[in-house]
Amino acid sequence: MSLEDLMDTSRIKWINSPGPESDIVISSRVRLARNLNEVPFPHLLSERQANQIVDDVYSALKENPVFSKDIKLYKMNELTAEQKTMLTEMHFISMDLANSERGAVIINHDKTVSIMINEEDHLRIQVMLPGLQLEEALRQIDKIDDLLEEKLDFAFDEKIGYLTACPTNVGTGMRASVMMHLPALTMMEKIGQILSTISQVGLVVRGVYGEGSQAKGNLYQISNQITLGKSEEDIIQNVVSVARQILMSERKTRQNLSGETRLRLEDKILRSYGILTNAKLVTSQEAMSFISDVRLGVDMGIIKDLVPSVLNELFIMTGPAYIQEVSENATTPLERDIYRANFIRQKMQR
Amino acid sequence: MLCEECHMRPATVHITKIVNNEKTEMHLCEECAKEKHLSLSSSIGGFGFEDTGFSVAKLLSSFFEPSSKTPIGSSEEFKCGRCGLTFQTFSKTGRFGCSQCYSTFKNQMNPMLRRIHGKTFHVGKVPKRSGGQIRIKQEIDRLKRELQEAVNAEEYERAAVIRDKIKELEQNQIGS
Repeated sequence: MSLEDLMDTSRIKWINSPGPESDIVISSRVRLARNLNEVPFPHLLSERQANQIVDDVYSALKENPVFSKDIKLYKMNELTAEQKTMLTEMHFISMDLANSERGAVIINHDKTVSIMINEEDHLRIQVMLPGLQLEEALRQIDKIDDLLEEKLDFAFDEKIGYLTACPTNVGTGMRASVMMHLPALTMMEKIGQILSTISQVGLVVRGVYGEGSQAKGNLYQISNQITLGKSEEDIIQNVVSVARQILMSERKTRQNLSGETRLRLEDKILRSYGILTNAKLVTSQEAMSFISDVRLGVDMGIIKDLVPSVLNELFIMTGPAYIQEVSENATTPLERDIYRANFIRQKMQR
Repeated sequence: MLCEECHMRPATVHITKIVNNEKTEMHLCEECAKEKHLSLSSSIGGFGFEDTGFSVAKLLSSFFEPSSKTPIGSSEEFKCGRCGLTFQTFSKTGRFGCSQCYSTFKNQMNPMLRRIHGKTFHVGKVPKRSGGQIRIKQEIDRLKRELQEAVNAEEYERAAVIRDKIKELEQNQIGS
C-alpha cells in the first residue's frame, strides 16, 4: 500500500460507506491508550528503545494471519511535512505524532484501523467507522487489543486499570467519540445550550474545525471525558444515547423550519451550491462552510443530484495539506484556491 | 474582550474547561496562548485525537499539584526507582515517566484520580495475560451467574460442568 493509495479517499471506509444515521453522524471512533510494561513512556525513550517498540508492535500484527496482509507501517521521519498534515486531516494520526521523530503509524487496508506508536502513549489504537456505530467500533477494537496483548506486555494495574502516561487516560484508556454535522442547531443558536448540558453528563464537545459555537463546517465532536471507574460498554452507551438525543433534536429543528426562515435557508443552500459548482477560486475556509450548506441541502432533499459521500470526501480533500499534496504545481495560496475550485467542480459534476 | 494575561491584545483564543461539572474559562490572545502552548494550529490539527490537540497537560496542570493534604516535603524526595522521574517534574509536565511511577507515587494518586475522574477504581476490561487474580475473580463471578441460570433452567448437567470449572478456578486462586 503506497501513500497514493492512502490518499485515495474512495478507499477510506468512514468517508465512503454509508452507516447508520449517517445523514447527521459522519463517523464514530473509539481509541485505546496502551503502554508496554518494561520500558519508559515515549517521552523518556531512547532512540533505540523507540525503534524497538515500533518493530515489536509491527511484528506482533504481522505474525497474525488476520492482519499480516492487511497492514502498512509509516514512519514519521520518512514522510514529508505535507504528507503528515494530510494524515492528520484524515484523522489517522494526531498533530503530536506528526511532530514526533520517533513516531510511526500502522494503517489497515480499508483505513478503519490506525495504530499510532510512540505518541503520548506507546500505543494509541483507533477504529473509525461511518455513521453511528460506536458499539461495532468497540467490538472491533477489543479484538485488536486482544491480538496485541497476546504478544505484548501491557502495563496494567488491578486497581486503576491500564496505565497511561497522563493520568487523565488511566483506567479503560478509552475515548469514544462521534463526529456530528449540526447545521440547523447551529443556525438556530441552540447549540450553546446543548454543549453546556452535555458537559454535565461527563462528555466533551468541540468543533472539529474551530472551537465551540464557532465550529467551521458545523462539525462537532462529542466524546467521553472520564476514563476511570466506568466500563467500556457504559462509556459507549453514554455517548451513544447523548448522540441520539442531539440527532433527534437536529432532525426536529430541520423539520420545523418554516416560512421566511426556511426560505432563507434554502436560498443560502442553493447559493452555496451555485458557488461550489461555478466559482473559479475557493479558499479552504469557504469550502468548509459551503460544503456544510450543500450537505444540509442534500440531506433535506433540496439538492437531489448529489450523494452525501461526495461531501464527506470534500470535507477532507479541500483541506490545505491535501490540496498541496495532490496538486504538485500549486505552490502559492492563489494557485491552491484555483486548484481547489476546479477539484470541487469536478467532484460535484460526477 | 481583552486577553486575561497581557490585558493588551484582544482575546481570540477561548478555552472552556469543564471537568466534573466545574467550569473554568480562559480568554487569551494568540500570543499569550502560544506561550501557554495552546496554539490554535495545533488545536485544529490535533482534533483527531481529542486529548493531544493542545497541551492538555498544561491545561489540567491544576489537577496534578499535590493536594494540601499531601505533605509537600515527602513528595519532593520521591523519585521513581525505574525512570528517575520526580513528582515535581510530573506536576509540571502532567506526564509520568513509566508504568512504575504509578506505584512510586501511589500516595498522591488517589486524591488526584478523584479530582480528574471522580473515581479511583478501574471497572472494565482486564487483559487476559497480565490481568492475573482480578481476571480469575471476574471469571468466577461470570461462571457463578451462568451456574445460577443453568440451575434456574433446570439444566443440571450443564450446571455440574460449570460448578467444576468454578472449583478449579478457586483452587488456582488459592494456589497462587
